[in-house]
Amino acid sequence: MTELDHVVVLAGGLSPEREVSLRSGRRVRDALEEAGVDARMADADAGLIPALLADPPSAVFPAIHGSYGEDGAIREILALLGTPYVGSVASACRSAFDKPTAKALVGAAGITTPESVTLPREIFHDLGATAVIDRISARLGLPLFVKPARGGSSLGASPVRSAAELPTAIVSCFAYGDTALIERFIEGTEIAVSVVDLGDGPQALPAVEIVPAAGQYDYTARYTAGQTAFYTQARLPSAALDSAAKAASCAHAALGLRDISRTDLIVSQSGEVYFLEVNVSPGMTETSTLPMALDAAGHEFGAACLTLLRLAAARGG
Amino acid sequence: MSEGARHANSRRQGSRIDPYFDQYAERARGMVASEIRALFAVTARPEIVSLAGGSPYVTALPLDVVGDMVGRLVADRGSVALQYCTAQGDVGLREKICEVMSLEGIRAHPDDVVVTVGSQQALDLITRIFVDPDDVVLAEAPSYVGALSSFAGYQADVVHVAMDDDGLIPEALENTIQRLTAAGRRIKFLYTVPNYQNPAGVTLAAQRRPRILEICQAAGLLVIEDNPYGLLGFDGEPMRSLRADDAEGVVYLGTFSKTFAPGVRVGWAAAPPAIRDKLVLAAESAVLCHSSFSQLVVAEYLATQPWREQVKDFRELYRQRRDAMLDALAAQMPDGCRWTTPAGGFYVWLELPEGVNAKAMLPRAVSSRVAYVPGTGFYAGGGGTDHLRLSYCFPPPDRIREGVRRLASVIEAEIDLCATFGATSPSGRTGPETPGPGDL
Repeated sequence: MTELDHVVVLAGGLSPEREVSLRSGRRVRDALEEAGVDARMADADAGLIPALLADPPSAVFPAIHGSYGEDGAIREILALLGTPYVGSVASACRSAFDKPTAKALVGAAGITTPESVTLPREIFHDLGATAVIDRISARLGLPLFVKPARGGSSLGASPVRSAAELPTAIVSCFAYGDTALIERFIEGTEIAVSVVDLGDGPQALPAVEIVPAAGQYDYTARYTAGQTAFYTQARLPSAALDSAAKAASCAHAALGLRDISRTDLIVSQSGEVYFLEVNVSPGMTETSTLPMALDAAGHEFGAACLTLLRLAAARGG
Repeated sequence: MSEGARHANSRRQGSRIDPYFDQYAERARGMVASEIRALFAVTARPEIVSLAGGSPYVTALPLDVVGDMVGRLVADRGSVALQYCTAQGDVGLREKICEVMSLEGIRAHPDDVVVTVGSQQALDLITRIFVDPDDVVLAEAPSYVGALSSFAGYQADVVHVAMDDDGLIPEALENTIQRLTAAGRRIKFLYTVPNYQNPAGVTLAAQRRPRILEICQAAGLLVIEDNPYGLLGFDGEPMRSLRADDAEGVVYLGTFSKTFAPGVRVGWAAAPPAIRDKLVLAAESAVLCHSSFSQLVVAEYLATQPWREQVKDFRELYRQRRDAMLDALAAQMPDGCRWTTPAGGFYVWLELPEGVNAKAMLPRAVSSRVAYVPGTGFYAGGGGTDHLRLSYCFPPPDRIREGVRRLASVIEAEIDLCATFGATSPSGRTGPETPGPGDL
């Protein structure tokens, strides 16, 4: 397999997920160093391009979450520089990062996704918020889940149990983006299924079941150790686990993703699997589900990162 | 537990990552990841104009001169500077501290002084020796977030007392004490930042000071006078300290973080003898002793450098930045915004138009590359949603103007959002939620 000179782990960025990204990046860097690789951290700032040009790495491991990291921008830059990188190409990232687009493409591939509407901020202003909200409630019913059309880490996302909560949820959502995705809330088991291609084609890893102590998997529950219980493998019937694995693999393929992705799903009480969203730069922190799934599948974290980098280097820029 | 047993257990009960999660003390319950902290992680980037941080502009110090001084200190007195010292602190430094306090009318003996790791440690020690869970601490509304964090750490019940443009309102203080006493509550002390208050920027008027002391004396209530900004007034002489008129009823907290450098972490408490003795014992149990090196650096700086001239330079620098911020606010802020006019210190306290929520607005502000501290951080248990704190101490004037311009656009957009949706109440935690020392 391709030998690596040195590699760069990209982490940071300017999105609200900067802190999480830095934690992900440090974990990847540490694991690579433990595996004997010369791994260096870099941020997405004005120093990045000169640094990559001056001392080109064998490959880059993007661990930037949110905008830049997941919207394809940084990968477009890496492609411009001819720098090999782990993960999906920019165009696929753009489709995956925009949740309504991802829902449409994955839905068209046969995976069920909660009924939803996607509305920009201006439409509430121009048509009148009350009238629009009334139509949303009438069409989708309750409960609902509101989240920014683009973004991650549950920032700006909230459940809506009563009609009176909907305006507040939409306003909270607009704090993190100008377009809101409002979808029916599916009661059920929340799981994350990662897909990794370590050279033998994309493989769905064991599903990780997420049980937040406070009921909602929000930012605090995600990144405070102890606030959420994770079950790997998820405590679901084998038929549901099979369906979930197929749904994640299907989402990975339908969106044209490469190397690595994490699909968030809900398995309803009747066993139906619903696609919520997909992440092209999944969290790698100690509370993130992808490293847990790798471990459950018998893959050592550092070795898996190293394999992904070697495959990227062999693929070239 | 063996690795195999751990895995089997994890499969049954799930992994919570932190196996000691159920073992933490009740007071650690609020120590969790938060969206606000995540946002502040971005504000350290140079692309963001941060009007959030309270970091002094240490670049204005003659760093080469300070460097030479530190080098000489280690060469000449390294055997003392690099050794343990007493928990009360270096006596030479305590003498100098008394000279500094004399500028505000305080007559103190070095024995009255306990050196601490910034005044933040003094706050922690004071709270430790006085406060049992559910005891009441009185604090201005709003109050310094670092103090609120200390009080929360000891499970105090903070009751806020109203202020106006002249600082703490005596009648409000009197009424609050009467109400709490009638309800059988134990009030342990009044915590106040009388000069150029953090976050409100207001100063307790000279004519109110005797009345505040009188009310506290009548109630048998100790006053904690936290005075980090007292020498950084822009007009005239420093205000007379509360402790100058009641050495038995006031514990004075001071710091060199603003007049010299926060990196040395040297503050102090000047306290009545009985309290001082307990502070020394508490300090000993907390840290054995403060850094000898830092103490001697500060003592040497005060002894050999023109520190009064340096404080004057700081005052002029911060006055220019205050003016830049006030001018920009007057020119840019939309109707419905109001703000304080600080006569010293680091902060402007801005009130937003009706319905605009400062905490909910912060993500959009950070996206627009400007940052501030939402007002909710300065209240224990709610309040301050319609306020934010702006700091002018660190960015140069042109960056301040640019930051205010960006902030004005963000507020305009929020006003539009409020007009569209009406007043909403975004969910989320309340209380002290700031990222780190630089933002306190």
